[in-house]
Amino acid sequence: MATMLAPVPQVVTHRAEREARGWTSWITTTDHKRIGIMYMVTTFVFFCLGGVEALMMRLQLGAPNNTLVTPQTYNQLFTMHGTTMVFLFVVPMMAGLANYFVPLMVGARDMAFPRLNALSFWLLLAGGIVFYTSVFWNPPEAGWTSVVPLANSQYSPSGGEDAWIYLAHLTGVSSILGAINFYATIANMRARGMSWGRLPLFVWTILTYSVLIIFAMPVIAAAVTMLLADRHFGTHFFDAANGGSAILWQHLFWFFGHPEVYIMVLPGFGLISEILPVFARKPIFGYKAIAASTVAIAFLGFLTWAHHMFTAPLPEAILVFVLISSYLIAVPTGVKVLNWIATLWRGTIEFRTPLIFCAGGIALFLIGGLSGVFLATFPIDWQVNETYFVVAHLHFVLMGGAVFTIFAGIYYWFPKITGRMLSEGLGKLSFYLMFLGVLTTFLLQHVMGLDGMPRRIYEYDNVGHLELYNLISTVGSFILASGVLVTIVNVARSLKVGVVAGPDPWRANTLEWFTTSPPPANNFDTIPRVRSAEPMKDIRREIERRSTIAPASGAIVPAGATQVGV
Amino acid sequence: MGHLLPATLAFFTPQSGGSPNANQIDSLFKVTLYIALVIFIAVEGGLAYTLVRFRARKGAVAAQIRGNTRLEVGWTVAAAVILLALAVLTFAKLSSIQDPANSSPNGDKLAGSSGLLYASAERKLPPNGKSLNITVIGRQYIWQFVYPGASEPDGLGAPYSYEQMVVPTNTTITLDIVSEDVVHSWWIPQLGGKFQAVPGYHNYTWFEVEKPGLYRGQCAVLCGRGHARMIATVKAVPPAQFDAWLAHQKQLIAEANVQAKIARAKLNAQTGAGQVENP
Repeated sequence: MATMLAPVPQVVTHRAEREARGWTSWITTTDHKRIGIMYMVTTFVFFCLGGVEALMMRLQLGAPNNTLVTPQTYNQLFTMHGTTMVFLFVVPMMAGLANYFVPLMVGARDMAFPRLNALSFWLLLAGGIVFYTSVFWNPPEAGWTSVVPLANSQYSPSGGEDAWIYLAHLTGVSSILGAINFYATIANMRARGMSWGRLPLFVWTILTYSVLIIFAMPVIAAAVTMLLADRHFGTHFFDAANGGSAILWQHLFWFFGHPEVYIMVLPGFGLISEILPVFARKPIFGYKAIAASTVAIAFLGFLTWAHHMFTAPLPEAILVFVLISSYLIAVPTGVKVLNWIATLWRGTIEFRTPLIFCAGGIALFLIGGLSGVFLATFPIDWQVNETYFVVAHLHFVLMGGAVFTIFAGIYYWFPKITGRMLSEGLGKLSFYLMFLGVLTTFLLQHVMGLDGMPRRIYEYDNVGHLELYNLISTVGSFILASGVLVTIVNVARSLKVGVVAGPDPWRANTLEWFTTSPPPANNFDTIPRVRSAEPMKDIRREIERRSTIAPASGAIVPAGATQVGV
Repeated sequence: MGHLLPATLAFFTPQSGGSPNANQIDSLFKVTLYIALVIFIAVEGGLAYTLVRFRARKGAVAAQIRGNTRLEVGWTVAAAVILLALAVLTFAKLSSIQDPANSSPNGDKLAGSSGLLYASAERKLPPNGKSLNITVIGRQYIWQFVYPGASEPDGLGAPYSYEQMVVPTNTTITLDIVSEDVVHSWWIPQLGGKFQAVPGYHNYTWFEVEKPGLYRGQCAVLCGRGHARMIATVKAVPPAQFDAWLAHQKQLIAEANVQAKIARAKLNAQTGAGQVENP
């Protein structure tokens, strides 16, 4: 050979249809990758809206007896914030990541039901629009848990509460359809050789996420339908004066609401389990234990809902049962954290942004996990429930388990989605600001709660050090927001000027890195046979082996080519 | 165990000091906190150490370890044992937190005489059955406290107060917590945990204040736009002073009822008989 072939990866596509362009191609697409991108962009917009609502609340609370917003506006803000982050950001963002990457990771060319997939996205968007148009009239103000009787028409006559109900319905149907689609895809469309024991751990968590959604979402759908009927059609499901029960609402809501927590954090756990081994250059420690603990958490997650109701009039037997089930669920969760640390142990850890976000996420999640033990101990819960202690707890859980892992996923997969790398410098800056921001905002909130500050209050008297704590927390929230802003700048900038990534910039383990960045419409021309839980590692090894013998045999196989190992 | 807690960490504990149940919750919290702190330092420290110690260096090769069954079973069992110990401790302490104790000897003599005559599975009374039972009524956005001593069979005529609950010191106070509209939550941090007031249900708790003083709290479940201003205070006074206050309160209410009767009669005379009823 006169000229050596450059070691660039290449995928040759045959008879591929020309890629559709223009905005109509987006609204008519059934391509899981485009739907995934639409999911991610939409939910990130909602994340920013929810963030702005949080900043407005923190501004109001920055000083005692502040009058920046009215009590009504404040109640609307936290209702919008909580609802947005749960229904319109974390859950659908995970669906977006899964939409893009589950088919790629299992070696499929699309989701099982592509048109259903598009419907899932459009229902989500409809839910978001229905909910946010209430801003122009009267947004809901009964909290994201819409506790009755406050959410009944007698006490919340405005249509905002109905907007909340329709949001729960539309995003619920969207999630259920998406979950069925994920389940069908994972169960039926895996590459040859990808047995359950070789399924990437992110896919394991999406499988579990889907099962949780299929069981939990119909319950909230039923509950909000009953609320709608109570509000408008004269039924009395939750009306004590007419034989109904306000506690029934709490049971139904939290029977959905607690599994919802795992719906939000399990995919994040999956992201950590994918990303750590790549940057530690080590296999995941205890693959089976992590997969099994995911399933165990999902099962136990359905038995712990009443720990949100420890202060409600419940029989003591329920309190005892739920304390035990909540303690039990701490075991598989703790095991995961130890498995992750063991994965890093004796590795060669490369401090790239995705790894740092994962490590930070674990550190934050641990704080939320430990405060969860206090909340599961019901006599302690009697003191700390419904206070800023809970606000701190849930934000550490969701920041660590969901937000930081989602950011890790964004930094990890951005090269695959766009073909360009995000800036490492901006990425690290974003991480450090966000990490510092979370600690500054939420650590002292534990103390505020212990000092007697309930959540969902628009003003407080300066008792003890509440003014100082709240001020620090407000400053922290802006540090956190600036960190998010840096990532937004990073994404906008890197779309144009980011370093071209190539198919496998991280030397990762799973099949999405087998194809080009971004992948073609059909994902793979040839789907490799999977021989382990880390197929790309096998493929790279095979390429290295062949490229060393290639000159002798005369068959030229460029290093990094993706045609081998088939 | 309280004395073991370094002063710098004392701010990381719930409010207590007003009532034995709050103190018991506080000590349970502290034990949990010690355990949590050990785990926190060990795991966060382990994570940080691992990140620093095993960062990529020239020539370093990652060990290709896929797991260690013995280690994994070991830490799963260890986690379960810690939580089991915590559960046992909680259940051992539970009765001192949720079961009312007898009043101290220097408590109010009224307790029991006009208190409740029975206990139920949920409603707990002190072993000697004597307590001052106050009904706490939540409504948007004010707390009402109804004392025993109804003068009429339908419960009317009982002394009551709004916002501030006056109680005798060294006396077991049992509370019936109810709501007239939406869900509220009764909470005076220094006097123990919070309990929801749910329409259609009764919720129960108790406390006993040793030191005279003012104990502040507020509604803990979102109940509407005035939620942040639904304040409650408990004013603990010596028993004699409490008896005087209660008698005075009774007298004020009786006087007000007389005035109202006169006003109603006047209005009825003006507008025609029977138009204005007792509300």
